[in-house]
Amino acid sequence: MMTPATLSELREAVLSAPRVLAVGAETKPRLSAVVGAEKICTRHLRGILEYEAAEFTFTALAGTPLSEVVSTLAEHGQYLPFDPMLVDAGSTLGGMVASGLSGPGRFRFGGVRDFILGVRFVDGRGRLMRLGGKVVKNAAGFDVPKFLVGSLGRFGAIGEVTFKVFPAPESQLTLKIPATEDTIATVGNSRWAPDAVDVLPGGEWLLVRLAGPGSALEGLAEEILNQFPGEIIGNTIWEDLREFRWATGSGLLVKTAITPDRVLEFPAAHVSCGGNVAYSPALPLTGLTLRGDTPLWIGGRNRFALEAAVKHALDPEGRFPTLDD
Amino acid sequence: MSTAALERLAGLLPPERLLRRPVELAAYESDGLTAFRTRPLAVALPETEDEVVTLVRHCLEWKMPFVARGSGTSLSGGSLPIAGGVVIALNRLNRILKLDPRQRIAVVQPGVVNTQVTQAARPFGLHYAPDPSSQSICTIGGNVAFNSGGAHCLKYGMTSNHVLGIKAVLATGEVVSWGGQSRESTGPDWCGLFTGNEGLFGIALEITLQLLPLAECFHTVLAGYRTLEEAGDAVSAVIASGLLPGAIEIMDALALAAAQAAVHADYPEGCEAVLIVELEGPREVVAFERGKLDAILEASHPIEMRPARDAEERLAIWKGRKSAFSAVGRLSPDFIVQDGVVPRRRLGEALRRIAEMSRETGIRVANVFHAGDGNLHPLILFDGRESGALHRAEELAGRILKMCVAMGGSITGEHGIGVEKREFLGEMFTSDEIDCMQRLRSAHDPFGIANPGKMFPGKEAPALSHVGLHPLEKAGLISRE
Ligand SMILES: Cc1cc2nc3c(=O)[nH]c(=O)nc-3n(C[C@H](O)[C@H](O)[C@H](O)COP(=O)(O)OP(=O)(O)OC[C@H]3O[C@@H](n4cnc5c(N)ncnc54)[C@H](O)[C@@H]3O)c2cc1C
Repeated sequence: MMTPATLSELREAVLSAPRVLAVGAETKPRLSAVVGAEKICTRHLRGILEYEAAEFTFTALAGTPLSEVVSTLAEHGQYLPFDPMLVDAGSTLGGMVASGLSGPGRFRFGGVRDFILGVRFVDGRGRLMRLGGKVVKNAAGFDVPKFLVGSLGRFGAIGEVTFKVFPAPESQLTLKIPATEDTIATVGNSRWAPDAVDVLPGGEWLLVRLAGPGSALEGLAEEILNQFPGEIIGNTIWEDLREFRWATGSGLLVKTAITPDRVLEFPAAHVSCGGNVAYSPALPLTGLTLRGDTPLWIGGRNRFALEAAVKHALDPEGRFPTLDD
Repeated sequence: MSTAALERLAGLLPPERLLRRPVELAAYESDGLTAFRTRPLAVALPETEDEVVTLVRHCLEWKMPFVARGSGTSLSGGSLPIAGGVVIALNRLNRILKLDPRQRIAVVQPGVVNTQVTQAARPFGLHYAPDPSSQSICTIGGNVAFNSGGAHCLKYGMTSNHVLGIKAVLATGEVVSWGGQSRESTGPDWCGLFTGNEGLFGIALEITLQLLPLAECFHTVLAGYRTLEEAGDAVSAVIASGLLPGAIEIMDALALAAAQAAVHADYPEGCEAVLIVELEGPREVVAFERGKLDAILEASHPIEMRPARDAEERLAIWKGRKSAFSAVGRLSPDFIVQDGVVPRRRLGEALRRIAEMSRETGIRVANVFHAGDGNLHPLILFDGRESGALHRAEELAGRILKMCVAMGGSITGEHGIGVEKREFLGEMFTSDEIDCMQRLRSAHDPFGIANPGKMFPGKEAPALSHVGLHPLEKAGLISRE
């Protein structure tokens, strides 16, 4: 395994073998389980390069562990509002982008795709390029940074990323109420502006997280509990969800984008983002395998001729695997 | 363009929906960047998605350039026609196909006007967040093509952050459909790549938008300052406090005078700059945060602070702000709007330098801008009848853009490159990066027929020279003459 420590070494690594794939900490091992590709480990491509708290932005190398990012932001009272997943497991910033994995906080302000601003990456011809920008707003050129979110390393090796961040809320409060399709819709569309609405594995309980000034949250919580039976619980439950600690049994973990009316189809799953994504420990009809031996794409996926054309544009020699490898 | 191509085109639509006479074409010769005009060969007015697909495939077959058009409010010449090409005007595809209040989504055709989405959603307590000042005219198709912003981008992002799904016909003739009604997705973010393509990839046919619950409560404050710099300092203080306002806007003296004249907006006596800050959320949260905001603003030495006491006063504040563009337009026969971005901490410096450049050149510049995200909007006033005036205004605009890049910002925050800023793309991107974007463009449009001559510097590069055959060509599905 190659371990570049600079962006020019990343470039050399990409060019050093006919078939390569960048990986972070392999917390989502199925995504990089490709036969015949030399792995480029980004572990040494590490560090926050720029962080301007007053700008709400930071730039860091792709191999920077999320734990380092999260704690640095916290020191300045800021955070990535989508709750990055697998932080303790060692996930890297680049791995998070390439896998497109957002956490429960995606519900309120959006996910990885909504906070990425810019990227430096190496394409299949070994060209190191910066696309997007470093300021919170930028409309110049095509939005390649967004495209790389969820691209699974198949279109380029990410070396550096710039993200937008937000001031962290003063406090958080978690409620546990019975889960029904109705509660999800009622809570999600309410005046309470919750920042996470998740169904716990088992399908019985709905977690609602409120965030903001502490004095205001208690009143909101009381109002919710007047409407639904339930209780206030500790916030640490979100850490267990974040690390998929509940999913140790089967070794299988599949992500499926769904709509709230399908929540009941996924009783064993952690259904996050107000009923918009299911993380299943059992085989669903469709989805992307994060862990386990099932095919990468369960139940197939949409395919358009454009995909091959874009692959050809960024990686004409097929140096990176394809989405089907 | 061969007459045969035009004749065949005429066979595709009833005659009253294919405009060819000069008087009919005149209305389409220009967009919001009025300094540029081009007469197209024809303007097509499709009414169905199938007609749009047929038109695009016709253009592909005859290698005929086309420009998609919404309401033509682009400020960078994005919807400027191509001589010898056809304009495909999408205003008649104006249906909201679905509005699901439980899932909080709307599926719309591209010609739906921005505010119509919010109007349709309001009875359900929902709204569509992106709110460009042109929102009562501009279309969702145009918003998607330009990834348009608005006053609430700091907290809610741009158009792209609210697009969940896109069905489009690409310039290859392929009809694609990405994303859908879920807020999550797997695989590369194709919708993200399409949004902001400036009409160079193809035509959006159906767009799935996320709707957000209307905030229960607002606290909108207008504060007047003696200098722009003081207003800028107040922005820094608000940001440093950890508050996340929905909007932070600034207007300078010239913009204030214009808004006063145009919509009788009322501003504190003697102020050189006005700051607008808006908090929103559940009433309990706003009640807490407003105390914090008011204290910060009071400490920033405003001449006067005017919190909106009711919904009407809030609307009046926003009316003044949103009318500022057109109001400034009335101060001067012509103007150019730039929308460069600078890091927020350098706003004060950027405004000072713009003022210096204005004094130096004797060209008046009004500033109305999204201070919360460092997105400037200098309006450069000139009289196009004066010889050389446009050129001098463009020169000043160019200096401002270069300054934005030098400060680590961007040449455009929301208006796009269009024809106007093509020559500045190279200020932000290396030739490898521009080449990469051109290759992506070719993947969507191997023959360069979709809005050619926009975004990329210089003459349109012969798209195929370094890209080789398009996969659709390899598959024998398309071919060139
Ligand atoms: C007074 C005024 C205020 C403005 N304020 C703002 C603002 O606050 N924020 C902001 O971001 N912008 C603003 N704008 C700019 C402009 O309104 C936006 O860029 C808007 O999105 C353009 O929409 P439109 O329907 O007029 O599109 P058009 O001008 O008709 O087209 C714009 C571009 O989109 C392409 N296009 C149109 N429809 C489609 C489609 N269906 N598929 C693919 N491509 C398509 C066109 O080819 C063109 O390149 C303002 C403009 C004016 C005149």
